[in-house]
Amino acid sequence: MTGEAWQIVFFTIQVSALSTLLILPVGIVIAWLMARRDWPGKAVLETVVMLPLFVPPVATGLVLLMLFGRHGPLGSILQNGFGIDIVFTWRAVVLACAMMSFPLLVRTAQSAFQEVNPRFEDIARTLGASEWRVFGTITLPLALRGIVAGAVLAFARALGEFGATAVVAGMIPGKTMTISLSIYQNIQLGHDAAALPLLFVSIGIVFITVFCGQIISKRKRPV
Amino acid sequence: MKTKALVVFVSFLFSAGISAAELTVHAAASLADAMKEIGAAYEKESGDKLLFNFGASSLLARQIEQGAPADLFFSADEAKMDDLEKKDLLLPETRHSLLSNLLVVVVAADATTVPKSVSDLTRPDYRKLALAEPQSVPAGIYAREYLQKMGLWDAVKEKVVPTENVRAALVAVESGNVEAGFVYKTDSLISKKVKVAIEISAAEGPKISYPVAVLKSSREPKSAKQFAVYLAGPTARSLFERLGFIVAK
Repeated sequence: MTGEAWQIVFFTIQVSALSTLLILPVGIVIAWLMARRDWPGKAVLETVVMLPLFVPPVATGLVLLMLFGRHGPLGSILQNGFGIDIVFTWRAVVLACAMMSFPLLVRTAQSAFQEVNPRFEDIARTLGASEWRVFGTITLPLALRGIVAGAVLAFARALGEFGATAVVAGMIPGKTMTISLSIYQNIQLGHDAAALPLLFVSIGIVFITVFCGQIISKRKRPV
Repeated sequence: MKTKALVVFVSFLFSAGISAAELTVHAAASLADAMKEIGAAYEKESGDKLLFNFGASSLLARQIEQGAPADLFFSADEAKMDDLEKKDLLLPETRHSLLSNLLVVVVAADATTVPKSVSDLTRPDYRKLALAEPQSVPAGIYAREYLQKMGLWDAVKEKVVPTENVRAALVAVESGNVEAGFVYKTDSLISKKVKVAIEISAAEGPKISYPVAVLKSSREPKSAKQFAVYLAGPTARSLFERLGFIVAK
C-alpha cells in the first residue's frame, strides 16, 4: 500500500467516525421520540427518516447538492454568512455519510428504546424522578447497547458510502477521495491492481466493525 | 390459422433483422449533442438503429477493452485510440481523425470575477477549478498539459476539482460551485449558464484530435463502416461545424 492509499483509508475512517458522532445526538432524540411518544405526523417522519436507505444514493446526492451548493438555500447561508464551503470539500463527504447512515442509527436505537420495559421508568417516576432523570438513569443505560449497535451500523454504512458522496463531494485526491471512490476510479483507469489493496482493507475494516457490532448487540442484558 | 400467423410474425422478425442493423456507438461526452443530432438524421436515412454510449473516452476505451458490445468508437484523443489499436481491437483501415476542438476557460454566466488571462486563475479569488480528471480523461489531460506548458499547473493543482468527464466540469461551473473550469469550446456553446472567459487558440493550446474507428468486435462491420463514412461526409461535417467543431481537411 502506498502512502496515498493509507491517507485514503484514514480519511475514510475519520469522516465515517465524524459523521456518526454528528448524527448520534439527533438520532437518539428522534429515536426516543418515536419509541416513547405519540404525536401527529409521527408515521410520516418515520417514513422520511427511512428514505435515504431506499432512495437511490445518487438521487440523495443530488438533493444535497441542490441544498448545499453555493447557490442552494442552505449552501448560500453557510457560504455568505460563515464563509463555509460544503460542496467539493471534506465536509460534503461527512454530510453525505451522515445522511446515508442516519436511518440505520435511528431504526436500531428506536427498537432499543422500545425494548426498555416502561415499568422501570414508571417505578422511577413514582419514586419522584424527573423525566430527565428517568431518561438519564433508566432509559438511556438500558438502551445503550442497542444505540451503540446502531452507531456501529451507521459507521459501517458510512465507510462504504459512494453514490451521494460522488455527486456532492467529487473525487478530489487528498481532499474528498474515500476508499469507495478510489476503488471506483482505479477501476475506471484500468488500475485494478491499485484497487485491490483498498478492497482488502475495506473488507477488513467492515468485518471488524460489524463483528464488534454483533458482539455488542448479542451480549446478555445485565438486568 | 395460428401457425400461419406465427410464420408471418417470425418472417417479419427476420426481415426486420436483415434490413436494419443496430449499432452501438461509444462516443466522447463532448460529442453527445452533435452525435444525437447526426444519429437522428442517419437513422432516418439508413433505417439502421443507433445506440449511443457517451462518457469519458478513457472510460469508454476501458469498457471496450473489457468486451463491452460496441461497433464504433469516437474518442476525444488519439491516445485512447492508440491503446485500442495496440491491443488489436480496431478493424484495420477504419481509423480516421475527423475533428478538432479548442479549450476554453468558462465561468458562470452571472459571475462577476472573470479571469482575463489563464495566470489569473492562480489568484486566491479562484478557489476551485473544475476540469475533467487530468490523468485519464482527454479534456482533463489537454487542460493539464496546457497549464503545465504555461508553467501554471503547480500553482493551480490544489484548486482542481477533477470530474468524471468534461460535461461534469461544465455542470460544476454552471451550478456556481466552482469559480471557473476548463471545457471544450463546443461544450461552452451548448450551455446558456456559462460564458467563455478565455479561449485558448489552436496554436497556443494542445493539439486536440477526435479519431473514429470501427471495432473488430462489431457484429455489423458493414453498417458500422457506412456510418463511419457518413460521419466524414458533408451532412455530418456541416453539423459538426455548426456546433463549433473544427472539421479536419
